[in-house]
Amino acid sequence: MLEIKNLYAGIDGNEILKGINLTVKKGEIHAIMGPNGSGKSTLAKVLSGHPAYQVTKGEVLYEGKNLLELSPDERAREGIFMAFQYPIEVPGVSNAQFLRLAYNEKRKHLGEEELDPLEFKDLLKERAKVVEMDASLMTRSVNEGFSGGEKKRNEILQMAVLEPKLAVLDETDSGLDIDALRIVAGGVNQLHNANNAVILVTHYQRLLNYIVPHFVHVLAGGRIAKEGGKELALELEQKGYDWLKPMPETSGASARIN
Amino acid sequence: MVAELTQKENLYQEAFRALQESRGVSSRLDRLRENAMERFVELGFPSVKEEEWKYTNVAAIARTDFKPISSAPSSKSDAELNQLVSVPEARASQLVFIDGALQKNLSSLAALGEHVVVIDLGQAIADERYSEVVCTHLARQADYIVNGFTALNTAFINHGAFIYIPKGVTVEAPIHLLFVARGENTANFPRVLIVAEENSSATIVENFVSAEEAHYLTNAVTEIVLAEGARLEHYKVQRDSIEAFHVATTAVGLGPNSSYDATTITFGAKLSRHDIVVTMDHEGAECGVDGLYLVTGDQHADTHSVIDHRQPQCTSHQLYKGILDGKSRAVFNGKVFVRHNAQKTDAMQTNKNLLLSNDARVDTKPQLEILADDVKCAHGAAVGQIDEEELFYLETRGIHPDLGRNLLTYGFAEEVIAKIKLDSIRKQLDETVLNRLNASLEA
Repeated sequence: MLEIKNLYAGIDGNEILKGINLTVKKGEIHAIMGPNGSGKSTLAKVLSGHPAYQVTKGEVLYEGKNLLELSPDERAREGIFMAFQYPIEVPGVSNAQFLRLAYNEKRKHLGEEELDPLEFKDLLKERAKVVEMDASLMTRSVNEGFSGGEKKRNEILQMAVLEPKLAVLDETDSGLDIDALRIVAGGVNQLHNANNAVILVTHYQRLLNYIVPHFVHVLAGGRIAKEGGKELALELEQKGYDWLKPMPETSGASARIN
Repeated sequence: MVAELTQKENLYQEAFRALQESRGVSSRLDRLRENAMERFVELGFPSVKEEEWKYTNVAAIARTDFKPISSAPSSKSDAELNQLVSVPEARASQLVFIDGALQKNLSSLAALGEHVVVIDLGQAIADERYSEVVCTHLARQADYIVNGFTALNTAFINHGAFIYIPKGVTVEAPIHLLFVARGENTANFPRVLIVAEENSSATIVENFVSAEEAHYLTNAVTEIVLAEGARLEHYKVQRDSIEAFHVATTAVGLGPNSSYDATTITFGAKLSRHDIVVTMDHEGAECGVDGLYLVTGDQHADTHSVIDHRQPQCTSHQLYKGILDGKSRAVFNGKVFVRHNAQKTDAMQTNKNLLLSNDARVDTKPQLEILADDVKCAHGAAVGQIDEEELFYLETRGIHPDLGRNLLTYGFAEEVIAKIKLDSIRKQLDETVLNRLNASLEA
């Protein structure tokens, strides 16, 4: 589904990713871990097409197509979803309005009929159960005045509505208390199936107690320093990240930017 | 230039004489009109040399031979006119004016109780049941000594509406005043006087529309007097022709513990200027003064507001938002005065502008002048563009950037529109904003 080959990328002329190789297949869950500044979030942003990040080398194939040629909205309509570490507030646009618009844009893209507000309301009600989301949050402006936990749940609700083939969750566990973490993780587990894939970007092992990955990749200094199964995360939990020495050329300013 | 201006003023004077002669004798009002005309001749139209008109050049109004008109026949059928603007809630509580003249066939007041007075101002002046109240309040809120446009409107007081809400009466149906402009090169002077007695409550909508994309001048003045404990919700929606000039003043006097909520929406006119003045000369009054201007092309929209806290314990909240596209220009000048005596004042003023084009321009000047020491006051102004991070967020949900920009712009306007309590008006505004955005998307 996704093939990242020797990817170099950065922001404002600072190279942060220095040769990432990663292959994700249908049905898999991959965890990307690593210390602050290792390039985890940069990888997520590059995959979603954030305009501030430049790819300087390498390629990313998504279902055999060159992903880097697609604009962020095209990527989304092709089935890539990113859950933001810091979800953005959109004042004046209700959550339901926004979700219906996004949902219908995707339907149009797939040549399917759009849903009217009433039809969509039923669908939304159904999907909201995945993250135990209160109906009152649907009529409020997107993320405006939401608590940290509500914002993260709202991200997973969007995922539930858009049904991506590949979901990239950027530090979705950060700032969540244990109950919210359980709900969010439970949502992701319900949505994951044999036909889609999930990339979890996380600093802590905690999330992986709830969403069990098939593979763990540890980034350091913009490269994958270690790879393994779910037990690698536990090892990191015990030893921390210090024992993973970054590549010599990656120490310095660029490694601190994330 | 001076000679030219004088000549134009003489044109208004000429029309004024003709009108005065055509009317029967009505001494008190005649004196007011005469004084106002004299004052207009002295003042003339304002020039950009005056601080209050620095950014708004009305030379084109002064240059044009607008014909002051008293009445004109309708060229459109009733059905066509009804299509222009409809406020279903006010189907049986509305007055419709075309080029200043009341259209009885399009108006209906069936939904209003017998004590509520909604009639043509000219009729009210002539009717001895109302003339006393009218003369007591007319031209007391809107100052024609300083403002040339108000002087001109006052000189031409003839048609318009007089609304009287008696003590303790709650008017359920919104009262709708629809002003349709039609004639090419005409000037019309709608005048509205609203008197709300103690503990009364009402909603009033003023709609300004054009039947054709004509070139005309609307010079409107609305005066509002609220007695103790009275409540008024007031909507002014301006959708004048894109070739027209719209200059309007809303002047409001608030009684003790009264409450006034105004929302002013500006879509139309080549050049528009709205002065809103709220005087809080009694304790415990509160007002919300909101507005939205959405302009494009070479439109110019100017708002000047004065919120005058003269007595203690009054509250004023003001939110004005502007969306500018093309080469349009907007001016916001908001003065909040808190006088010596006005302790425990709570005053807040915000002006936010969204520029959709590099050629659009806003001049915003919020001003607070506080002379009391125990007050809560805040003000702020912002001019910005679409937030790129917000846009990116929408894009990652599959929304095309053009659509995303429109959605964010719509959201920006919603902060004002969503507060509107009258369903039909809120929905119409929603639609207008969305249509405007889609139109600019296709262009």
